[in-house]
Amino acid sequence: MNKIVASLVLAAACSVAPLAAGAQGWPERTITMIVPFSAGGPTDTVARLVAEAMSRDLGQQVIVENVGGAGGTVGAARVAAAEADGYTVLLHHIGMATSATLYRKLAYNPLESFEYVGLVTEVPMTIIARPGFPADDLQGLISYVKENADDVTYANAGIGAASHLCGMLFMSEIDTQLTTVPYQGTGPAMTDLLGGQVDFMCDQTTNTTSQIQAGAVKAYAVTSAERLDQLPDLPTTAEGGLASMQFGIWHGIYAPKGTDAAVVERMSKSLQVALQDQNVIDRFAALATSPEPQENATPAALKAKVESEIARWKPLIEAAGVYAD
Amino acid sequence: MDLVANLGLGLSVALQPHNLAFCFLGCLLGTLVGVLPGIGPTATIAMLLPITLGLDPSTSLIMLAGIYYGAQYGGSTTAILINLPGESSSAVTAIDGYQMARRGRAGIALATAALGSFFAGTVATVILALFAPPLAAAALNFGSAEYFSLMVLGLVSAVALAHGSVLKATAMIVVGLLFGLVGADLYSGAPRFTFGIPELADELNFVAVAVGIFGIAEILRNLENETDRDVMVKKVTNLWPTREDFRRMAAPVVRGTALGSLLGVLPGGGAILASFASYSVEKKLSKTPEEFGKGAIEGVAAPESANNAGAQTSFIPMLTLGIPANPVMALMIGAMIIQGIVPGPNVVNQNPELFWGIIASMWAGNLMLVLLNLPLIGLWVRLLTIPYYLLFPAIMAFAAIGIYSINSNPYDLYTLAVFGALGYALVRFGCEPAPLLLGFILGPMLEEHLRRAMIISRGDPMVFVTRPISATLLALSVIVLVVVLLPSVRRKREEVFVEED
Repeated sequence: MNKIVASLVLAAACSVAPLAAGAQGWPERTITMIVPFSAGGPTDTVARLVAEAMSRDLGQQVIVENVGGAGGTVGAARVAAAEADGYTVLLHHIGMATSATLYRKLAYNPLESFEYVGLVTEVPMTIIARPGFPADDLQGLISYVKENADDVTYANAGIGAASHLCGMLFMSEIDTQLTTVPYQGTGPAMTDLLGGQVDFMCDQTTNTTSQIQAGAVKAYAVTSAERLDQLPDLPTTAEGGLASMQFGIWHGIYAPKGTDAAVVERMSKSLQVALQDQNVIDRFAALATSPEPQENATPAALKAKVESEIARWKPLIEAAGVYAD
Repeated sequence: MDLVANLGLGLSVALQPHNLAFCFLGCLLGTLVGVLPGIGPTATIAMLLPITLGLDPSTSLIMLAGIYYGAQYGGSTTAILINLPGESSSAVTAIDGYQMARRGRAGIALATAALGSFFAGTVATVILALFAPPLAAAALNFGSAEYFSLMVLGLVSAVALAHGSVLKATAMIVVGLLFGLVGADLYSGAPRFTFGIPELADELNFVAVAVGIFGIAEILRNLENETDRDVMVKKVTNLWPTREDFRRMAAPVVRGTALGSLLGVLPGGGAILASFASYSVEKKLSKTPEEFGKGAIEGVAAPESANNAGAQTSFIPMLTLGIPANPVMALMIGAMIIQGIVPGPNVVNQNPELFWGIIASMWAGNLMLVLLNLPLIGLWVRLLTIPYYLLFPAIMAFAAIGIYSINSNPYDLYTLAVFGALGYALVRFGCEPAPLLLGFILGPMLEEHLRRAMIISRGDPMVFVTRPISATLLALSVIVLVVVLLPSVRRKREEVFVEED
């Protein structure tokens, strides 16, 4: 009996939350950065690099916790419901905006449930095809795809994935519906592309750069405004005559609604420091991406991004009529 | 020849003192997390990712690889001792390994698992060094049609897993297939059997299902009659296999290694299939199939060799193509990216010291593991002498912590509880959990590949018989089906004749 009482007291002592965390003391303990995807993926890698640099600036560990599930909405919901004390933050990608339309029942509202810390990086997309695919450049791809719309297959990594969004945008831009072959993640999709089981796909440089550099796949275009240092021979979509097809997988950091404004500001400052860290710049470069400029690593920039991206994807997703719930 | 020079380079990296030290650390950690129920290599590697930032790429990958194959060694320990498989592959080991333990042959089962794994690990490392690029290229010929046919073959063979009624085994496979349907449909996003709970949208957690249906159910069964259990496992005879044991395990180890090495190369489920398949093969080839499920040493030797060989060769797609074959490989790719190395076809040319260093370290690691594990057997077996009223709460606590740590998802714990109760009910009804688990693993893959193959073929089912690999696999399934059904058909006919007489 005494043991039970003692353990109850201990449990109660452990669960007492720190009262009124103002900015002065923050951070006094370890900060948890929730990544709503599994460990080892592109978003997780971005988070770990930034978390490590932020730890050095804040003088407290920022640890990454992976809470995967339902296209990132489980992890986002976890943070939306977390204590707004500045010790739980979320690093999420473009899914924050697309989930607003893809999911008709969300446990949070992307525009109301969070405080915005800032943008982290925007990873460009590349359009690639299986070895031996007939087309040789972006225009060739478009005309071939239009002529053979019944035979060409487009691979994606599942509903809501970057490759799904890119495919949706591409089909809407060239006004042609193609057979879409969904996979569970980029890994198996890339396997089937390399093996010639499917024709083409469009995915983040994080997943495609090494395959393009090795010549294992055919590459047609990158969706960024300028060519990439890592792939200097790969034209942009604008050069290839598809200027409207410009987008990337942007990543942002969020805190639960109600987090002290001074704490958010300090986080934002720390993010800006992290994005100038040489190690972060170098590792991002290896992924063929780069940190956001300082003026974008701010609450206002992220808020504007979420708003404009919800507006951009809503009609596309609704026209495709694909929902994830 | 290049190979000698390459292996020389690999050894020079792997045998550096600090790399050896981290290799040992990885193997030790892997063994520990393999032994602790629920906590698997995926969670451990995820937790250790931040630490690898401070190490050089070869060292950190050598350590992470050690955790992975170390866990394959350790995972069989709990499967054998307390019927608690921590990994899908050791679920098969639990069938006969636990029965051996109940007969006081726990030490022999553990030694068999360790020695079989060592042999398989060594052979698979040679295969990895010699044939990685051509095997990876061959694996690319496996499209969805081929995978579907492979799954059919796996399911048909699963009936052989049962040691009781074929009807009950088939029913269990179907129940497993149905549980595999829970979650969002990959192709339409439509939620199936999720009851509006977003946490269920990503399928039931495999480890929670396996630990619940095997481990928790076994604990409940043991608690029925406390005195029985103590008598049963305290009688530990000898720890080391006899000459007769060695004779019986030799061929199954070789066959398990061959099967595991081949299937391990296939990204997505190959290694899981290997341990189930090798068990079925041994049971079919055995002169005494009735011993399977009651403590046959072949039933431990073959799947343990297969899963370790498969674990080793599953590095092939990752190292040569940059494609993850399973969640652990995805983490390894993450670890490489954090180090600034982007995995892909160029790794072998651009970072030869990394590629060959990892391969060479596997030799060192496998040797360390067998040296580490054999002396531990006595210790593990003594664990069974701990009074059950202390042991079972500890097992439950570790299992719960381990399962929660995978996704920090409370629903995984509910899954554990529900499947624990279900597993107990099944035991009472005389149904076996292994076919259910196989159905649960293969069901979603079967559906995924069937539908994808049909999408790509524009709805033409002929694709399964016009593609040669797929057609061969389907033909094999038919043969297996005939072989399984014929004896019972013949027996039926004989019975009929007897009655007529």
